[in-house]
Amino acid sequence: MPERQLITGNEAAAEGAIAGGCRYFFGYPITPQNRIPEYMSEHLPPIGGVYIQAESEVAAINMVYGAAATGAWAMTTSSSPGISLMQEGLSYMIGAELPCVLVNMARGGPGLGNIAPAQSDYWLATRGAGHGDGRCLTFAPFSVQEIYDLVGQAFPIAQKYRNPVMILADAVLASMREPCALRDRLDPPEEKPSWAVGGDQKGRQRNIVNSLWTDPPVMEEVNLRIQQRYREAAQNETRWTEHGADDPEILVCAYGISARICQTAIEHAAEAGVACRLIRPISLFPFPTEVIADWAQRVDKVLVVELSMGQFIEDVRLAVAGACPVELFGRTGGMLVTPEEVAERIIEIA
Amino acid sequence: MRQEVFMAGMGGQGVLLAGQLLAQTALEAGLELSWFPLYSPEVRGGRATCTLVIADGEVGSPVVGQPGSMILMDGIAVDNHLNRVRPGGLAVVNSSLAGDEVKRDDIDLVAVAATDIAAELGSERATNMVLLGAYVATTELVEEQLIEETLYRILPERHHDYIPTNVAALQRGAQLAAEQLR
Repeated sequence: MPERQLITGNEAAAEGAIAGGCRYFFGYPITPQNRIPEYMSEHLPPIGGVYIQAESEVAAINMVYGAAATGAWAMTTSSSPGISLMQEGLSYMIGAELPCVLVNMARGGPGLGNIAPAQSDYWLATRGAGHGDGRCLTFAPFSVQEIYDLVGQAFPIAQKYRNPVMILADAVLASMREPCALRDRLDPPEEKPSWAVGGDQKGRQRNIVNSLWTDPPVMEEVNLRIQQRYREAAQNETRWTEHGADDPEILVCAYGISARICQTAIEHAAEAGVACRLIRPISLFPFPTEVIADWAQRVDKVLVVELSMGQFIEDVRLAVAGACPVELFGRTGGMLVTPEEVAERIIEIA
Repeated sequence: MRQEVFMAGMGGQGVLLAGQLLAQTALEAGLELSWFPLYSPEVRGGRATCTLVIADGEVGSPVVGQPGSMILMDGIAVDNHLNRVRPGGLAVVNSSLAGDEVKRDDIDLVAVAATDIAAELGSERATNMVLLGAYVATTELVEEQLIEETLYRILPERHHDYIPTNVAALQRGAQLAAEQLR
């Protein structure tokens, strides 16, 4: 096993991307993720990669769009308000069937908000990606090691489904330091994808990268192809973890930093005599609907813990489908919940 | 084993560095850990806090409502946080800036005049190390010797001139805590 290093979540995202084959980074500064572009600016040029600090988030996502069209493994990173600005570019990339990876180190909002941790970009991450009938494939790590691993894995996933992949984390995960095992850096594949544009490709039919299809039947065909890829992603990329009791009274659902907090909270609750099981979706889209539906049949209640006031709970409710009551424990605006508070709430509803 | 330590003080006192040094030392000792900071945007004069959870297995929540132990580097830190130490826990307090009046009788309290001692040793900036020395001597969470070795690892070489003062501060803090515990 490689020696583990104590690094921040931001550094793990940056190094995870490079290790996964990313060689093109375009971004615009915003707290709490500035260590990612800083790291990229230091580490990409020496290995032949490209780092550009764009003039805005809008420019950054469109540089990613351009690079991705040529088959480059490109990424951008930002935090909540910056991700809002990138929505148009993401929609165009989905329409043009282009892969990229973006990381959102979410902060308190709405508006300019603050730089404290939040999960209030759940809808933005799982429903968003601008207008139209597309979404980002979205994954939510809950430790520094998992940020490193998931960001690296996101590049081949984005290529496979020709769709943007978002890694959704928050201000705590961005700035926290934990031991992280680093792998050797992989090179991106030398061969370009068959759909990539090249500028000078004598002898082969020209490729067109475009999201403008004025003929509705053609546009519908593009959409159906995208939806087919989402179904395949649901088959292959749905991920979650489970912790706690095998015969629970309460099912706790949480993702990202909230799930870390709930890991300890369900131990406190168990000490007070309330058996809980924690389901932590790692993939938010595709969502692990079936496992939550299964457990909902076997518990008295579901408690959803999120750093927002009822976004993630909607996907849980769709999965539970009325099988039992679903309650919310949320904080918002950059406030954290503590394991003690979650345990208290579990005991209250049990 | 699971130990939580919350550290708080004013920006510039080295709250985050003390936390990172203990975190890196715990890693060298083969333990699991999670460290996270919360601080205001000012470089000096704002508030700085960090939470470190050290465990010999899975760390679980990095966020702790009632930490088992605290290092409080000034009076505001004591006023804001001392009441959150878990009953039966420990607080190491900088009595140079917070007084040494015991405000709770259900926790262990180690009061060290860390800023005065650091000034005697040559730099007030070693306040954090005096307190960290006292903390480690009290909790025996990691070996004092390992902290000193880790200092050489985490400080860039251009700052190695400061290490003897920091080591002296760690040792003095440890010594004073040991005397209080006796």
